[in-house]
Amino acid sequence: MTIFAVIVSRLSKAILTLLAIAILNFFLIHAAPGDPAVVLAGEAGAADEQMIEQLRERFGLDQPMYVQLGKYVAGIVQLDLGYSFRQGAPVVDLIADRLPATLLLTLTAFVVSLALGIAFGVAAAARVGKPSDTALTTMALLFYATPLYWLALMAVLVFSVWFGWLPGFGYETVGANYTGLERVLDIGRHLILPAMTLGLFFTAVYMRMARASMLEVSQLDFVKTAKAKGLSDAVIRRRHILRNAILPVVTLAGLQAGQLVGGAVLTETVFAWPGIGRLMFESLAARDYNTILGVFLVSAAMVILFNIVTDIVYRIVDPRIGARS
Amino acid sequence: MKYLKLKATTFLIAASLASPLAAQEAGGRLDIVVQPEPPGLMLGLIQNGPTQLVAGDIYESLLRYDSDLNPMPSLAKSWDISEDGLTYTFQLTEGVKWHDGEPFTADDVVFSADVFLRETHARLRASLAYVESITAPDPMTVVFKLKEPFGPFINAFENGTMPIVPKHIYEGTDFANNPANATPIGTGPFKFDEWVKGSHIHLVKNEDYYVDGLPYLDEVFYRVIPDAAARAVAFETGEVDVLPGGSVENWDIPRLAEMDGVCVTEKGWEFLAPLSWMWLNNREGPTANEKFRQAVMYAMDREFMKDVVWNGYGKVATGPIASSTNFYSDDVTIYDHNPDKAKELLAEMGYDGEPVSILPLPYGETWQRWAEAVRQNLSEVGINVEIDSADVAGWNEKTSQWDYDMAFTYLYQYGDPALGVSRNYTADRIKKGSPWNNVEGYENPSLDEKWAAAATMVTPEEREAAYLEIQKEIVDDVPVAWMQELTFPTIYRCNVNDLVTTAIGINDGPRNAWIEK
Repeated sequence: MTIFAVIVSRLSKAILTLLAIAILNFFLIHAAPGDPAVVLAGEAGAADEQMIEQLRERFGLDQPMYVQLGKYVAGIVQLDLGYSFRQGAPVVDLIADRLPATLLLTLTAFVVSLALGIAFGVAAAARVGKPSDTALTTMALLFYATPLYWLALMAVLVFSVWFGWLPGFGYETVGANYTGLERVLDIGRHLILPAMTLGLFFTAVYMRMARASMLEVSQLDFVKTAKAKGLSDAVIRRRHILRNAILPVVTLAGLQAGQLVGGAVLTETVFAWPGIGRLMFESLAARDYNTILGVFLVSAAMVILFNIVTDIVYRIVDPRIGARS
Repeated sequence: MKYLKLKATTFLIAASLASPLAAQEAGGRLDIVVQPEPPGLMLGLIQNGPTQLVAGDIYESLLRYDSDLNPMPSLAKSWDISEDGLTYTFQLTEGVKWHDGEPFTADDVVFSADVFLRETHARLRASLAYVESITAPDPMTVVFKLKEPFGPFINAFENGTMPIVPKHIYEGTDFANNPANATPIGTGPFKFDEWVKGSHIHLVKNEDYYVDGLPYLDEVFYRVIPDAAARAVAFETGEVDVLPGGSVENWDIPRLAEMDGVCVTEKGWEFLAPLSWMWLNNREGPTANEKFRQAVMYAMDREFMKDVVWNGYGKVATGPIASSTNFYSDDVTIYDHNPDKAKELLAEMGYDGEPVSILPLPYGETWQRWAEAVRQNLSEVGINVEIDSADVAGWNEKTSQWDYDMAFTYLYQYGDPALGVSRNYTADRIKKGSPWNNVEGYENPSLDEKWAAAATMVTPEEREAAYLEIQKEIVDDVPVAWMQELTFPTIYRCNVNDLVTTAIGINDGPRNAWIEK
């Protein structure tokens, strides 16, 4: 199968998956206790029946569940994710506003942690048993075991409060009105702490995986053959071992992309990063059904997309996969 | 002669000393935390805390109130109440313009109160039920005629209660879905500029504001920071200048207050006067027994809770009315910490150890700790307590469906018992589906009559006597367990002056605030 055919096949499956996810989520969220009309009315500090009825009617909550579901699914098919009760705006707009920030954060964390993880893993494997290997492995274990939330707060305390090197929260300097390169650098500075916090755990995971995999592959016969042919260690590592050892890391990275999106909810909340993770967190508290469902759907789409990308990368790294099928 | 001269000199020295201190400086920017992010900024549609904090700078109402709840001019420059208490006449301030340049007139007031808010504002609707007509005899005069006297009506002209909205934008439209809601137009000291969702809301000075020299500030940024610890850090690192009440966890307040150049004030809650209590389910279980409810009051060491859980902020409540609300009296049965008395009452009722649950308010760690403290106190007198939990939506559901034994809450009082107190105790307010009424299910027909009568008495003296009687009687019944008058301290940099000057505090704040450079 060509890469193009793979993409088409994966995408068509993805659409069905997304539809199933949407319907499942719809029932899940309606099963949670709490009525959005009561929460909304409650926020006003006073509520009478007239107000709650008005709200229910306005948002279609007075209709039977199957009607609500039908309308929702019909909307999705037309790429309409409905209207946010709480924020008084189309969900598509709310998500479109926030998605770039989340993509920037998760992709940065993903790419950086994958690159660093593999680099450290390879470096550790090359020095197996030496103090530098022990140091790297211990550090990885530490980052693997540390809760994200605590790490985030400590990072803010050290780099923002104590040293004042980096901004502790937000997406860019509010009110500075930077443009062009200045703006890019400003956002970059704001990105460092949240991306680091989100990425460290994954760096640790990828590093341990890469190290183990490198060690395993280096014991295989073809490596001995390569050595016998008189190739240098560096060439063997790069061309022969790494190419094979990287496959499980890529698989893992694809699988963990979902966790990355989940981690973004926490990271975005602690760092006041204006992404969809936070939008989900806040909408959940308000039982803002359409917004929650919309964010769920978009994050599911992101996970699926990450997986398709992994599949493609896989084929590039290991041409045998394409050839077999 | 010499004496006179000396006196004059002293006066001059005093005056010259006073004047440089009082010289307000124009300009500058204020960064204020807003939490959570408001759902919208159209104050006529949404009146929750965050919306009022931000939109309170954009919209205005007829009156403001000082910290003793005396009315002050705002969009109305003067007002008059007829002797029979039935006619309220307001003379409007001249030269007021909407932010889009249109002139503000009495028609806007009539439209706001009689059409717009009657449809959208549940709390005001209750007061408007007493109103027979709202008219504008001329463009600068508005007359409210009541069906019967309603004592607290003069308190109904606060910004969150009766915000004035522009008739020329809303008349004949679908209010809730009007696109103009996204770019609010008011008469207030600041204009809406930009809202970057998830990050900040930017307001800029209204250069055409009708009070000369006001506002002093050039711009205000309301910053959205969802995590309490991150909000504290934002203040520490100088990113924000003001933490409105409730922005950080209580135990963080002393630490922040000790920083150089940081000031803390408890003022600015006089109008809202949040009073906290636990609803005790009067319908079933041990809490249905009056003796049990009294025992709960005696079992609790509320002073300790105030000092430890709330870091000393607030005041232990004596009954249903907060001390800053009109007609408060402490001439009632006082429930001191008295475990022996509590045990006695429990023995008298024959309490058999049936467990009761406590539902804390899901508003952060402080409330959780408060519930723990109550559990400990109640356990000491032999009451079997379990702590329940729910998120905000779940809490709303459980309380408004009466599915609880004891549940924490607090309610604003809006300056008068008839506006913010009686709604929690009269039988006509027992209705499922809302957590803002008589959730505990307390029924006392003779008191119901007294509440109703006290609301419509004409003179304050009559009302004072009526409310004293009510307070005495209800405090003995213990329909709910009154906990404390909450104050949510505002934390700010000391170079920000005149930030809290009225009874709604920071909600009115940026109008008069100025920064000393």
